[in-house]
Amino acid sequence: MRYLPLTQSDRQAMLGVIGAKTIDDLFVDVPAEAQLDGPIQGLLNHASEMAVERFFSNLSRQNMAASHHPFFLGAGAYKHHVPASVDHLIQRGEFLTAYTPYQPEIAQGTLQMLFEFQTQVARLFGCDVANASMYDGSTACWEAIGMAGRITKKSKAVLSAGLHPHYVSVAETMAKYTGDTLDIAKPELGSATDSARLLEAIDGETSCVVVQYPDILGRIEDLSAIAAKAHECGALLIAVVTEPVALGAIRSPGEMGADIVVGEGQSIGVGLQFGGPYVGLFACKEKFVRQMPGRLCGETVDADGKRGFVLTLSTREQHIRREKATSNICTNSGLCALAFSIHLTLLGEKGLRDLAILNHAKAVQAVDRLTQIKGVSLINDGFFNEFTLQLPREARSVVRALADRKILGGVSLGRLYPGVSELENGLLVAVTEIVTDEDIEAFASALEEILA
Amino acid sequence: MTRYFTQDHEWIEVDGETATVGITDYAQGQLGDIVFAEVPAVGAVLKKGGDAAVVESVKAASDVYAPVSGTVIENNEALEADPALVNTDPEGEGWFFKLELADAGELDGLMDAAAYQAFVEGL
Repeated sequence: MRYLPLTQSDRQAMLGVIGAKTIDDLFVDVPAEAQLDGPIQGLLNHASEMAVERFFSNLSRQNMAASHHPFFLGAGAYKHHVPASVDHLIQRGEFLTAYTPYQPEIAQGTLQMLFEFQTQVARLFGCDVANASMYDGSTACWEAIGMAGRITKKSKAVLSAGLHPHYVSVAETMAKYTGDTLDIAKPELGSATDSARLLEAIDGETSCVVVQYPDILGRIEDLSAIAAKAHECGALLIAVVTEPVALGAIRSPGEMGADIVVGEGQSIGVGLQFGGPYVGLFACKEKFVRQMPGRLCGETVDADGKRGFVLTLSTREQHIRREKATSNICTNSGLCALAFSIHLTLLGEKGLRDLAILNHAKAVQAVDRLTQIKGVSLINDGFFNEFTLQLPREARSVVRALADRKILGGVSLGRLYPGVSELENGLLVAVTEIVTDEDIEAFASALEEILA
Repeated sequence: MTRYFTQDHEWIEVDGETATVGITDYAQGQLGDIVFAEVPAVGAVLKKGGDAAVVESVKAASDVYAPVSGTVIENNEALEADPALVNTDPEGEGWFFKLELADAGELDGLMDAAAYQAFVEGL
């Protein structure tokens, strides 16, 4: 195919065919304040490669990288140690540049990997079947809500106050277009989750109830009662797991009756990556498999009776079913799913359990040390590797002061819930296996100094 | 009992106030191996030409439309366990649902067997 640039008359002709006067007409959905109305300030017209390299490496030194400082940030993305072998394997050309496995006859390696990934996710979540991954946890959460709506033919979703506010925000964005109503609430700075509110809110009009496990403040609770009430009312329980390493220690949502379990796989194999790409995990009960969005890899036999793998139930996807598809996603987060699968394979079940115990032990150690500080108390009754502290004053400025002392000391609830004064003294702290005794002591000393 | 056909390859067998609906042999041949059939719930109110059921093969998930308006009084539970019935006996045991007709007048304009045969040959 030859590439020749378009001329002005080519552009005019194309605009004429679609009925637009100018190219600007195609950008009507972009708000005026987000549109560029002139050259970017400070950006040179040209610069040498050397000068650009120098500029950006100097700029990057202004960052406080997670691996350079005591690091206690979580809130939906966790720093875990990813073994070097993961990157070494995913960088292999066979994996890194292989295309979408639409032709099973030349993609058995990719498909086998996806099948193993799906098996791992289903086992981890306690579900019958998992798909080949979504973009990330937040979109997987919305897709589950959409799926529940299709299955129950109802449109009222009840979202727990413990659901990550960014996940709620994604759901609000999408619900604008589907007409689903979302019953949402803010969490309270206490040990109790809002399960009482949920049990009260679930009724015959409810399509689903969405509960995060552990929740945004690190609280953990048995989902069985909520599952039972949901099923009684013909609704589905959707459980959201933002930290899958937790499932090495606490009971899986599937075992407690969740119909759909979604989550963020970033913790295992993927790393922080400045926010992405991540990998959405999605699993459900067998009876709902035809309503599950996304790619699904299945096991079958070829014409000679030999075991093989293939993408299946594709007729539900957008490129075939079009506007009646289960979703518009017709891809997956393949490389990240591979990294997740390799890391989990290296850990094995025993390794995952050991890793979970290690995470929790470190978190307990941190809680014990931090709550020695006058004015600092723990909100949670229980937690896995993330917990919420109540400080004697507003947490946002404390986090800033900790950063000035080169400590990345947690996420303030004021950052997650701006303007909600009841939460502003809350500090969300994550402690994983990468945290050392020295890190905890440095954090505690700095916090003591700041609060004195 | 009289059998009519639609241009979307559904057949409808009318028996007084009620009728049975399925897809034709031509349709099942075009679709390939049927792996799943989603039938309407009993009590569902269908409009002529509106979505009634979904039939899924390995290469497509196609809509089955209601040839006439009515209320579903029975659906073929055998299709859940054995969707391949739609391939082996599309115009008999592979029926999808039965409905109570809302307006028998809607049957005017549907094809009879001969007309449908000619229609298929012209495709």
